[in-house]
Amino acid sequence: MSDIFPPLLTPLHYDYMLRAIVVSGLIGAVCGFLSCFITLKGWSLMGDALSHAVVPGVAVAYALGLPFAAGALGTGLLAAAGMAFVKARTPLREDAVIGVVFTAFFALGLLLISINPSGVALETIIFGNILGISDFDIAQIVVVAAATLLVLGLKWRDLLLVCFDPHQARALGLNTAVLHAVLLALLSATTVAALQAVGAVLVVAMLITPGATAYLLTDRFSRMIGVGMALGAGTSLVGAYASYFFDGATGGCIVTLQTLIFLGVFFFAPKHGLVRLRQLARLRGHEAAQPAPARTPAAQS
Amino acid sequence: MTESPPDSPPHSPAESPPLELSVEDITVSYPNGHVALRDTRFRLESGRICALVGVNGSGKSTLFRAIMGFVKPSRGRVQVGGRSMQSALKAGLIAYVPQAEEVDWTFPVSVWDVVLMGRYGYMNFLRMPRARDREVAEESLRRVGMLEYRDRQIGELSGGQKKRVFLARALAQRSRIILLDEPFTGVDVQTETAIIKLLRELCAAGHLILVSTHNLGAVPEFCDWVVLINRTVLAAGPTEQVFTQDNLVRAFGGVLRHFKFDESTVQKHDEKAVTLLTDDERPLVFGKGGHLEYSHREGKEDVLAERDEEEAEAAAAPEPRSR
Amino acid sequence: MPPLLDALLEPFRYPFMVEAMLAGTAIAAVCAVLSCYLVLKGWSLMGDAISHAVLPGMVLAYFFGLPIALGAFLSGLFCAVSAGFIRANSRVKEDTVLGVVFTGLFALGLVLFTKLKVDLHIDKVLFGNILGLLPGDLRATLLTSAVVLAVIVALRRDLLLFCFDPAQARAIGLRTGWLYYLLLSLLAVTIVVSLKAVGIILVVAMLVTPGCVGFLLTQRFGRMLWIAVATAVGSSFVGVYSSFFLNASTAACIVLTQALVFVGAMAFAPKHGLLRRRRGAASAST
Repeated sequence: MSDIFPPLLTPLHYDYMLRAIVVSGLIGAVCGFLSCFITLKGWSLMGDALSHAVVPGVAVAYALGLPFAAGALGTGLLAAAGMAFVKARTPLREDAVIGVVFTAFFALGLLLISINPSGVALETIIFGNILGISDFDIAQIVVVAAATLLVLGLKWRDLLLVCFDPHQARALGLNTAVLHAVLLALLSATTVAALQAVGAVLVVAMLITPGATAYLLTDRFSRMIGVGMALGAGTSLVGAYASYFFDGATGGCIVTLQTLIFLGVFFFAPKHGLVRLRQLARLRGHEAAQPAPARTPAAQS
Repeated sequence: MTESPPDSPPHSPAESPPLELSVEDITVSYPNGHVALRDTRFRLESGRICALVGVNGSGKSTLFRAIMGFVKPSRGRVQVGGRSMQSALKAGLIAYVPQAEEVDWTFPVSVWDVVLMGRYGYMNFLRMPRARDREVAEESLRRVGMLEYRDRQIGELSGGQKKRVFLARALAQRSRIILLDEPFTGVDVQTETAIIKLLRELCAAGHLILVSTHNLGAVPEFCDWVVLINRTVLAAGPTEQVFTQDNLVRAFGGVLRHFKFDESTVQKHDEKAVTLLTDDERPLVFGKGGHLEYSHREGKEDVLAERDEEEAEAAAAPEPRSR
Repeated sequence: MPPLLDALLEPFRYPFMVEAMLAGTAIAAVCAVLSCYLVLKGWSLMGDAISHAVLPGMVLAYFFGLPIALGAFLSGLFCAVSAGFIRANSRVKEDTVLGVVFTGLFALGLVLFTKLKVDLHIDKVLFGNILGLLPGDLRATLLTSAVVLAVIVALRRDLLLFCFDPAQARAIGLRTGWLYYLLLSLLAVTIVVSLKAVGIILVVAMLVTPGCVGFLLTQRFGRMLWIAVATAVGSSFVGVYSSFFLNASTAACIVLTQALVFVGAMAFAPKHGLLRRRRGAASAST
């Protein structure tokens, strides 16, 4: 007993590990909440794009000594506005527009950092650095997370309606343009927070994988939020803890864990899992004469 | 062939004051300069079912969007009961039943969730449903016969059931004006009948119902008012006055298929002539005696001659024919 | 020689600069041709996904002493194929599935990288290192680019039909399944080759922006190809050249030059350009 447990508990003896675990869990919960909207709205590429587009803002903020969250939020929103502008004025497909704009922003960030290498370490932005996080950064993350959770907690039903049926939202007199902008702003803010935990490249995983997993487990949006938050927080806690044994690849550990859980659910989910679907297909094959029950909605997308 | 228009249901003594939707000279143009609607103007009063009829591309959906405030007209305005559209929407005066293609059916929302969405305007800032909201949602679902499906995910319903759920949402909203966009596409006949019955009841209770459709046959069956459009209003008024052959030909132009049975393509005809107008692209039409009809006479002279001979033979021993 | 001209020509005196420009030109040309197909097919996210997913393959190949390019290719292809499988067998949207799979693979790559302690320069993998080509790299790059280019040019009409109208492609007897995997493989090979120039994160710019520029400037596919190639090759040259003077990241300079060309195309495009639209709107309103 005593031979096994002490090594497993060692991460918890370190102050920096405990802080990293708690902060990761908080970020994971916020991302898990937001991921339910991102997956349903089909905004995966948008999440990826914003997480890369914040890089020049972070670089400038560090160079000028401003809070990194302010700079990141600034360029994130600027990129979103740029995409909307290009989308409205060219016949290009949305995915191409997003690709052009976010790579331009990321390249700008890379250029700034390579010209002024004394500013922020590129590795910190790309891979995150939750183990070496400063108190000031933690304060920024807590503020961003609390604000995001507050807005989402209060207005999730409105945001759901805007994602699901914008026309009905308009018909009820909701201001869809504002709600749309709110969702984008929340996405940018959350991206900034998650950047610290997992880095720019893996933020998008935090913003979609918990939601996609929850989507396979339930048909009710309110439950999907609960499951998504639990998955986001749980994987972040465990991943941050496990990263002690993986030389500090916190983002890698969290996201690998999330992906493994997604795969497990993809195969074994009670209603929408592959095993269950195959089983149903076989049953239907046997009862070909019987009228088939309602199809799962996957075929209609 | 056409039934006489159904007796319009007796207007209940106005439990609520009359409400007017007026579209005042709106022009909608897109950024590329294309004008979708020009100087469109008409008025509708509550207690009516109005059909918005026009070919694809005639600006029907643009007009719907303009009425809902989704697109901003470059000129003119839409008013409801003397107030602006935006304030009418805020006041929950208008409900909208979308086309099936506009909805993402894979969303993890149940029938019950969808109907409650119609009640958002009555709920507080947090959109927490209260007892009254649940009551109304339940009653609306019962009214369209979908209460037993309340916990189904919306993608698991048939086309007709989906439409009924969204109608229930509009009911739950308790709006005086209900807009339905192509309500009968992808819907089975029973649902169509049920929807029409429900719309008549709503109309009798003083609602204003605006239905966009290209299903001409259904219009005289249940609409007492028609607005014919093609980039602008061609005619608007009571169905009997507006739904004339001339107007329809003007509205539909070459799209409409036109069969005149006083000059059948394949046979001589008695004088009890009817004209069939249809927007179905290739309707199959049988003339008297079950002979196939063609849309044009030219090139069918030999068929006609053949039918003449047959008729001459048949005339020797006439038998009663039922249509 | 006048000192200004001397200064301007200085980059060409270093063999590593000349090699970088040659390799950059080849890579830009291949990426540009492929980008025309990706833009039309809406595969930007696919390019992004495959480019990130190569990481675990590279780490494992390095660890086992196999060719790194092979590992990268296989793991990129694995990403596309497994995402296709999950999409076909679940109700999750396609973009979400791709996002889940590629981030999962990238994360796995990071964990393997730190755990196996391989001596791979991760920053060079991420951001490219075209100024530090090893002997033999240039030849391999030129050769691979030529092969990919030859395949695309030979099958350009089939691929175009596949992107434009897969149903028609199937109807006239093309093997669309085969074309799908061919296009994926070409994409994966191109990405592996381009990693040297711009790195994992910015490859997607090479695979999207030139095609977009071509799309804005013409409505003929043949011309679109030429414009895309000219944009990419020109940007690549300018990027490598200017990075010498700015002492900045080469990848960033290449991608930013492309982005500037895109902005120019947006403003001056003959049909869809902003200036043109202004004029069109003015004449329509009169």
